[in-house]
Amino acid sequence: MAVTVAERRRGARVGRMELDPRGQRFAAALTSVVLIVVLATGSGWLALAQAAVFAITAADPRRGPYPLIYRAFVLPRIGPPAEREPAAPVRFAQLVGFVFLTIAAIGYLSGATALGVTFAALGLLAAFLNAAFGLCVGCEVYLAMRRLSARRAA
Amino acid sequence: MDVVGLVAVGAVLAAGAGIGLWRRRNDGRLRSTSPAKDVVGTGRGAAGTGKDAAGTGKNAVATGKDAAGTGKDPASVAVEAARAGRPAAEPRSVVTPDVEETPADIAEPAHDRLDPGLLAALGIAPARATLLQFSSAFCAPCRAVRRVSSEVATLLPDVQHVDVDAESHLDAVRALNVWRTPTLFVLDADGRVAKRATGVPSKPQLIAALAEVLPAPDSAPGQR
Repeated sequence: MAVTVAERRRGARVGRMELDPRGQRFAAALTSVVLIVVLATGSGWLALAQAAVFAITAADPRRGPYPLIYRAFVLPRIGPPAEREPAAPVRFAQLVGFVFLTIAAIGYLSGATALGVTFAALGLLAAFLNAAFGLCVGCEVYLAMRRLSARRAA
Repeated sequence: MDVVGLVAVGAVLAAGAGIGLWRRRNDGRLRSTSPAKDVVGTGRGAAGTGKDAAGTGKNAVATGKDAAGTGKDPASVAVEAARAGRPAAEPRSVVTPDVEETPADIAEPAHDRLDPGLLAALGIAPARATLLQFSSAFCAPCRAVRRVSSEVATLLPDVQHVDVDAESHLDAVRALNVWRTPTLFVLDADGRVAKRATGVPSKPQLIAALAEVLPAPDSAPGQR
């Protein structure tokens, strides 16, 4: 996926922002639950709602709905974080999630259920790996994609 | 309820658990770069330079013992002990041994030197050993690797840590076959790749890998 110049500039501006990594794990766990419900019910509208959540969080990770829930209900109970992590990887991952869930929602709502199931399942895999193991799949495939796309251009 | 969806949920969760556990096991392991030598040398401990040490063996053993006696800091004692090819029992008490170590690593001339132009482009100055790290902007664990590597580079004399942005060095990324960040290479003084790791290696693992790469102390009098 191409990251536009504007996206990069915005990333550079918000790049100094740092986030509580436990908040990302919490958001990923909530996302996993939502995606399990999407797959279990086949609801395209819920997939679309999750895509919107991804879009908002990618635009500003601190104003995302799940981070807001985290700060309102979880953070006061567990105290301030011991360490913080940069926001750029998180925003990129949310962007990847947005693309996947948008395709899933289009699939479900247009009747191409196989497409919907496939992309919702891929989204669930990424969210589950993040929630349970702290792995960021989107971040990891980023370099591989850059390698391949640059080779094609050359 | 969508039966296909529920099956997908089960498959994804099972696959995810498998991938996650596999990654947790392999993350940060320093591997020898030649595939033929990927055999796990369990039980050999930190006795790294076995074959190579034959010539300089006695000398190295003597200095290693000396270092242990004079109460040097644990890391350099461990490095020298490993370099001297002492039995695994002793360094084990100081540093967790790296199970990936393969004694033939340095003795075998199988590794090719990296192109000097490539090294220059990455900003690698001559040093006894180099920790070459590939990072990217969208990489949270890169920061942990940066911390561990720079700590080890500060701890051990004449070891440098070079952190490059993978995206702006795509030719080097291809030459070194890097697919993920963070990827860390341990280069010897001649610019050969001795070890590589994807993910975050532990500090003892890294020190043990460097012990294999660093030349014997008599060739570097400035160290003591």
